[in-house]
Amino acid sequence: MELYGLLNYALFMGVFIGIYALLALGLNIQWGFAGLFNAGIAGFFAVGAYTSAILTSAAAEGRIGGFELPVIVGWFGAMGAAALIAWPIGKICLRFRSDYLAIATIGIAEIIRLVIKSEAELTNSARGITGLPRPFGDLDYMASQAAYLGIVLVVLAIAYVLVERQFNAPWGRMMRAIRDNEDAARAMGKNIEYRRLEAFIFGAALMGLGGALFAHFNRSITPEAIDPMVATFLVWIMLILGGSGNNRGAILGAAVVWIIWSVSEIATDQLPHEYAVKAKYIRLFLIGLLLQLVLRFRPEGILPEPLRGDLRHTKEGNRS
Amino acid sequence: MLELDQLVRDFGGFRAVNGCSFSVAEGSITGLIGPNGAGKTTLFNLIAGALRPTSGHIRFFGEDVTGLSSDALFHKGLVRTFQIPHEFHRLTALENLMMVPPKQPGENLFSNWLSWGKVRNSEAGVERKAYETLEFLDLTHVAHERAGNLSGGQKKLLELGRTMMTDARLVLLDEPAAGVNRTLLRKLEAKIKILNKERGYTFILIEHDMEMIEKLCTPVVCMAEGKVLIEGDFQSVRSDPRVLEAYLGETVEPA
Repeated sequence: MELYGLLNYALFMGVFIGIYALLALGLNIQWGFAGLFNAGIAGFFAVGAYTSAILTSAAAEGRIGGFELPVIVGWFGAMGAAALIAWPIGKICLRFRSDYLAIATIGIAEIIRLVIKSEAELTNSARGITGLPRPFGDLDYMASQAAYLGIVLVVLAIAYVLVERQFNAPWGRMMRAIRDNEDAARAMGKNIEYRRLEAFIFGAALMGLGGALFAHFNRSITPEAIDPMVATFLVWIMLILGGSGNNRGAILGAAVVWIIWSVSEIATDQLPHEYAVKAKYIRLFLIGLLLQLVLRFRPEGILPEPLRGDLRHTKEGNRS
Repeated sequence: MLELDQLVRDFGGFRAVNGCSFSVAEGSITGLIGPNGAGKTTLFNLIAGALRPTSGHIRFFGEDVTGLSSDALFHKGLVRTFQIPHEFHRLTALENLMMVPPKQPGENLFSNWLSWGKVRNSEAGVERKAYETLEFLDLTHVAHERAGNLSGGQKKLLELGRTMMTDARLVLLDEPAAGVNRTLLRKLEAKIKILNKERGYTFILIEHDMEMIEKLCTPVVCMAEGKVLIEGDFQSVRSDPRVLEAYLGETVEPA
């Protein structure tokens, strides 16, 4: 029984790490590659989650949707919707420099959250959308959890390969150049506005996918899940700790931070009730402290940005 | 090939460029000199599209290019370097050059996923060209070094290298010699000469090093207070009393 519980916990943790790794990869495209300070991850996460929920759930009174489409359609729909909403946001906000962009994106994520909370026809407001289908959901509990973890890992692997390819390709090189020096990149003929928008949309699509995976794992999505603390800032900490500009670092960061976050919750729950409530804030402190230590002693993260992504040159051995 | 017609640029109430007109012949190396604050770099920014002129016109090969952005001008063959090196500091020196060529197939997200073979082919060509450029500039040994770690002079060379990665026709060099040691400087001069003779680049260069101007530039344009003071060969510009006056601030006219 004890082992069963532990295994269940591990599967649960694995799924969440996978979902967060997708969000961190999305943020890595925006911040690590393109230098865009998106502090509204929760907004794109929410758009993805709700889009997939509306597309795949059963029809319900008083709100649109219930199209009962296959889950895979919901997931592509989630990416599409997040990308689509990123387009006008990017058009308006990307002309701001980094800190202003952060403020603007926080604001937009809040708008999205409030719309979701109050538009009952669209999202069933505070009660959220429930009864979402889950792939292999009719297997028995453990098998279903394990199958979902498998799906998340496959999706993450595909996303990793697709993003990693871009880092090594001229597109990634151009984005990093734009990040390093905007004026010079412009003088070298690159269309900065267009390219930034591309990176913003690309990253947002992955965030939307992460939201959809989250919603189907829980079989429901409610506005409470769109908490900027866990859906935006935790992802930022993951990326910075893991190493921005490094896709493997983003995934590693997601794993490390989520394990600390989740295990510390168990630890604090063991405390007597009066301390347990207070200890919740210790967890926030712990994560903050970890970030401070990383920034102080290893600002480039656990896995720093690789020098010239591909390895052909180290093979040639002509480094000097 | 380049004509400037009564260019004016204001910053608030301050007029940095005040009715500047001259033209540049194809194949020449034009030197732009003048005391600090004469408006030379602002003029470069206007020509390169980094700033819009308040009034006036710029024609490039007869076409009015006033107000075009610098990325659009790049595609017409007008490339610039910066006074303070603008390297892509977290990219390697090699990557700094490889990012330059326009219209690379791998700049399209979907090509990288769907036609990687084509991207790799193009990359091989770009890489070869980048290595040749590094070789030409004697930078091969730092090819895989982060550009941010290079010395000031090497960064200047790298900037020159970037202009060689495209089919540039007019290259604007903003103080290529500043902060570069003597030996490297002679090398830089030689490179500029070769590019001018063999590749047919036309140059405009802002420089305070008069030796370099004397060796390379005909004609020389001297600016002061946002205007062209005098234009001609080096000797005649240097011996003109107005130039001395502009540099030394001495008033020759009776007060």
